[in-house]
Amino acid sequence: MTDTIAVEAKSARKTYGQGTEAVTALKDVSVQISKGEFFTLLGPSGCGKTTLLRLIAGFETPTSGEIWLDGKDISADPPNKRPINTVFQSYALFPHLTVAQNIGFGLEMLGRPRKEVAETTAEMLALVRMESLAGRRTAQLSGGQQQRVALARALAPRPKVLLLDEPLSALDLKLRKEMQSELKRLQTETGITFIFVTHDQEEALTMSDRIGVMSAGNILQIGAPRDIYTSPANRFVADFIGETNFIDATVDATGATLSGGQHIDIAPQRIAGRSGKMTLALRPEQLRIVPAGHGLPATLTHSVYFGTDIHCHLALPDGTELVARMQAAADGSAAYTPGTQVGLILPPDAIQLLED
Amino acid sequence: MPSSSEDLAETARVRRNWLLSTPALVLLALGAAGPLLIVAVYSFLEAGEYSGVEWRFSLDAWFQILFHRDIFDDTISLADAHLTIFWRSVKLSLLTTIATFIFGFPTAYFIATRAPKQRALWLFLITIPFWTNLLIRTFAIMEVLRNQGILNTLLMKIGLITTPIQILYTDTAVLIGMAYVYLPLMVLPMYAAIDRFDFRLVEAGYDLYASRWQVLRRVILPIVKPGAIAGSILVFVPSLGAYVTPRVLGGGKNMMIGNFIDLQFGQGRNWPLGAALSMVLLVIVGAALLAYVRVSTKENPHG
Ligand SMILES: Nc1ncnc2c1ncn2[C@@H]1O[C@H](COP(=O)(O)OP(=O)(O)OP(=O)(O)O)[C@@H](O)[C@H]1O
Ligand SMILES: [Mg+2]
Repeated sequence: MTDTIAVEAKSARKTYGQGTEAVTALKDVSVQISKGEFFTLLGPSGCGKTTLLRLIAGFETPTSGEIWLDGKDISADPPNKRPINTVFQSYALFPHLTVAQNIGFGLEMLGRPRKEVAETTAEMLALVRMESLAGRRTAQLSGGQQQRVALARALAPRPKVLLLDEPLSALDLKLRKEMQSELKRLQTETGITFIFVTHDQEEALTMSDRIGVMSAGNILQIGAPRDIYTSPANRFVADFIGETNFIDATVDATGATLSGGQHIDIAPQRIAGRSGKMTLALRPEQLRIVPAGHGLPATLTHSVYFGTDIHCHLALPDGTELVARMQAAADGSAAYTPGTQVGLILPPDAIQLLED
Repeated sequence: MPSSSEDLAETARVRRNWLLSTPALVLLALGAAGPLLIVAVYSFLEAGEYSGVEWRFSLDAWFQILFHRDIFDDTISLADAHLTIFWRSVKLSLLTTIATFIFGFPTAYFIATRAPKQRALWLFLITIPFWTNLLIRTFAIMEVLRNQGILNTLLMKIGLITTPIQILYTDTAVLIGMAYVYLPLMVLPMYAAIDRFDFRLVEAGYDLYASRWQVLRRVILPIVKPGAIAGSILVFVPSLGAYVTPRVLGGGKNMMIGNFIDLQFGQGRNWPLGAALSMVLLVIVGAALLAYVRVSTKENPHG
């Protein structure tokens, strides 16, 4: 089992500064990342994503805990002794070198023969489709081109692990989509373990094999995109990944009782033997709106038209606000008028129970 | 043509700008080109009996720079003494440039990596010697270097030497003095270059398996090179024409070009030779500046 693990953080803690100014950016984080995996660290700004990457790269040493690579403790190794490369958020391309020289830099520092450096550089240029710009200075490149050079430069020495710190955040939407599939292609073609940082949940969901959701220096949940989306471990994860409706309720063996006294059924496997005060979580696309008199009574407050979807904002009698997402009808007549009384169906097997 | 009125306005604007800059141009002509022209003309005249020049055309001065004509038998030989002085000037100036770089680069690096608030203080400390008279600073160095001076006393106290080393009145003393005097001229442009340097590139270097030394040589130095070249020119040019420092610290015998030129206008009573030597100095400096422009434009073809 252990020989399939590429990188492992063992209770890695990082505290910046001392005394009253001390900031603990990472609080005893443990995570195992498998070989060849596309692993994404997702979390809001300041939650410690960059710090974890810098610990793995070796730019920072852990205050306590260890970083392992291929079954060896590398916590004390400097970055130039670790077979790990980074794609920096700012790209950090060498301005005094050409595109080709940038890509060959790592191999040259490793003392590889000139012929091998030239061959690998050519190979990498082809991989990122930059052959025609090999002789250019990096300052003369567009953002997307710089991004490709940074990728090729980090891949050229064939690292065991590639770290990418929000590499796409500086690109516009269209280019970002292109680079997302490009990255995915490169990862599959090279088979290198990717650790990818982003605070864009959609990016994380579409690209990753597994996601680690971080908040305030902790990893809250690790899992495949589908698992994280459908079974978030807590309210933070549910709120951060996609839109979620939260309803406070008291849970018993058969279902939940809302504060207004209404009872809703919940599938037994979702309850899993738990009971007491809990939060029900439900994705907007899982709520169904039916004519008044059926289901849970609710009032439509307003609706927002999104082209393919309509987001209906609803209020329960106790004031809880919910959003339901429905497909817009082809004739566009699906718009409900505000103030309409409707019924809500909450599918018993879609409801999440979150302990807060 | 719709643009003809614009053209007219443009011509008027150009003419006005020239008119406005006339006073400055006149001042430049009189203050810089004028004296230079006088020196150039003097170098082609005969030396006067006691001082000054005789208004007769002669190439003697230019001939004397490199050759020596024996007064008795008119045989011509190379003027060894002159060549020695030229060589010493160039050598000491180059060594001064190298020494200021070796000390100036770490200093500039240190200052540029301090917290922004501290940098102003460090820069101020570096420039303090600038506000002190050159002669006084040179005498201070003399006090350090002389046989009973601070350096020798210290070395004898800790037992490294038993008799004082003669440093004063040697080329070494001149070198130490000039390196001290011109150090700020190296530190300031180096600081400006390092300050602009993006230190994330250092991390990129380490990430790509470069050692500390390789990061310095392959990443930092090439990028701050324009600062180093600017500093080298700023140090080399005044070193070559240095007068006070070699005069005080080199004693009478270890002359540099500056002192030798002074000698021709004074005791030597050979103004044309002094003028010709000044022109030679000007040409060397001009060549150095030209080389600088060449290197800096080739390095950075896009501005
Ligand atoms: N060098 C440092 N010195 C002091 N505090 C730091 C340092 N680097 C990071 N921090 C603090 O550590 C915390 C985590 O920072 P980190 O850069 O890891 O966040 P992040 O998740 O990468 O955020 P972002 O998405 O904004 O890049 C933040 O509170 C930050 O202020
Ligand atoms: Mg970050």
